[in-house]
Amino acid sequence: MNIAAAIFVDGLIDASWLFIVAVGLTLVFGVLNILNFAHGSLFAVGAYTAASAVGWYYGGNFGPAFLGYFVMLGAALLVAVALGPLLERGVLRLFYRRDEVVIVLVTYALFLILEDATKLIWGVNPYYAYEPYGLLGNVSVFGLSYVGYDFALVGLALVTGVLLWLGLNRTISGKVVLAVIHDRDMSGAMGVNVTRVFVLAFTFGVFLAALGGAFTAPKISVQPGISISVILLSFAVVVIGGLGSVEGAAIAALIVGLARAAAIHLMPSAELFIVYLVMALVLALRPEGLFQRMATRKI
Amino acid sequence: MTGRIGTFAAALVAFAALALLGRVLPNWFVLVTTLAFAKGLVALGLVVLMRSGLVSFGQGTFFCAGAYAAGLAMRSLGITDAVLLVVLGGALALILGLLIAPLLAGYRGIFFATLTLALSMIVYGILDKTYSLGGSDGINLQAPTFLSYQPQTSQEASYALFVLASLLTAIASALCRIHFDSIRGLLSLAARDNEIRVEYLGASVRWVSGANFVIAGVLGGIGGALAALSLGHIDPDFAFWTTSGEFVFLAILSGHASVTAVFVAAVLLELVRSFSSQYFPNTWQGALGIFLLLVILFLPDGLGSLVRRRRPTTAKAAPKPVERVK
Repeated sequence: MNIAAAIFVDGLIDASWLFIVAVGLTLVFGVLNILNFAHGSLFAVGAYTAASAVGWYYGGNFGPAFLGYFVMLGAALLVAVALGPLLERGVLRLFYRRDEVVIVLVTYALFLILEDATKLIWGVNPYYAYEPYGLLGNVSVFGLSYVGYDFALVGLALVTGVLLWLGLNRTISGKVVLAVIHDRDMSGAMGVNVTRVFVLAFTFGVFLAALGGAFTAPKISVQPGISISVILLSFAVVVIGGLGSVEGAAIAALIVGLARAAAIHLMPSAELFIVYLVMALVLALRPEGLFQRMATRKI
Repeated sequence: MTGRIGTFAAALVAFAALALLGRVLPNWFVLVTTLAFAKGLVALGLVVLMRSGLVSFGQGTFFCAGAYAAGLAMRSLGITDAVLLVVLGGALALILGLLIAPLLAGYRGIFFATLTLALSMIVYGILDKTYSLGGSDGINLQAPTFLSYQPQTSQEASYALFVLASLLTAIASALCRIHFDSIRGLLSLAARDNEIRVEYLGASVRWVSGANFVIAGVLGGIGGALAALSLGHIDPDFAFWTTSGEFVFLAILSGHASVTAVFVAAVLLELVRSFSSQYFPNTWQGALGIFLLLVILFLPDGLGSLVRRRRPTTAKAAPKPVERVK
């Protein structure tokens, strides 16, 4: 019983940051039809920026400790505004007429470049941003002690998901985005500025990746290599949930989080590949993922 | 028929030239070229696959299978013959390919790419934790023999392996050229352009892509076994996604027009890597990324297309290519 509870809570915590990252990936895929390999690097850049910003903030005694969370949020925003338009307008735009697989390769190239760029800027030594992690004290759940910050992360994921859903389904601009997802050419013909939607959606996707990175940074040591594990995990989440589906990303993040937690508790050696096993199983049964309707073929 | 004989003659000439060159070139160059040929074989398989519109991001699965088949046969069965080990590598990859192909042949585009990636990462995860197979440390291989010929110096050993790699490269190139020009090979291109049209013409896209997948797998296995012998060491990184990404890079760089371009690209890449990892180790990946972007932007059909463009007579005689319908 204790193990089941531990698996559940650990899985939930794991699923929270996975969801934030993966929903960004799925949104970018939905709007721009790009499976962004560099998403993990943007996560890493967000984590590094947040770690630096947190170190700067707590090093200088600028104000009350809880404002550190807003510093992290600001770091994620900064990354999004700096990199989103740059990457979309500067690079991706040039390749929209190519095959979708070719664009995956383009983002793979971006990933390689960003990977070295982060090494050049932040070096190869790990960064720690532990201050915000202890601020919320400890919480006891099912008789197990957890760090309060982890549950704040679950809350952040919930808020992100609900806001994103409301924004997409209940606002005019969200519906414009949905229209572009549904049919890019048709919405362009109806007067939607597709280019602007592209830039904004990509920037928002970058923001979500950086947000995931920024708020995961206090939990981990930020060092080279995190982008790889993140992109592989969020790929799996997005594919399981169905490319372009927000609800799918939520459910799939939960599935992947629980599967990973179960593996860590019951069979630690399986942690690495259980995610891909789940993904392969889902794809074998439902190639479009859990929440994606079969696309009609366009010729 | 003369086309086929011509292809084999060209392959024979290329092999003879390579074997002679290997005697003259410095030893380090021979070593680098052997590894480049091994990787080029895998990339050639990927080119076969890409002609039917499929890109595998997990070709490391077969590369790794071939390498481990060779390594384990050497360690457990005591086989040291390089030719036999390479054949074993190809055979395991063939079995693996035949098992996986029916599962994957129905997928396209990104799904195919991510599913192959997932498979390779499963293989990586299993090998990384299987301590009887060396775990993450891998296995060291001893020096191979060549059909009862036992090289005495390391110089001779690397030359012998180079000759074997060149021979395999020449054979694989010739066979792939013939495959590309055969009906099934041409059907691959047709399937890439419009699957439904191919189905209505009475051919099975599933069959075509399945066959190409198996061919790519076998080439991957042979390349893996060669790489294992050339490096003298195998570890789970053979199946890691960065390894697979390198093959995709090679295949994109060379394009699907020319078989030779694959190996030229492989040697180039391997040379660039050994120099740049020596002189600027921290920016090597980024340079690779920029290079990849530039190739995709300015040479969408790869290095191979450069050769085709320089042939004015055939370009004029051939009918204008039809705009692709999407």
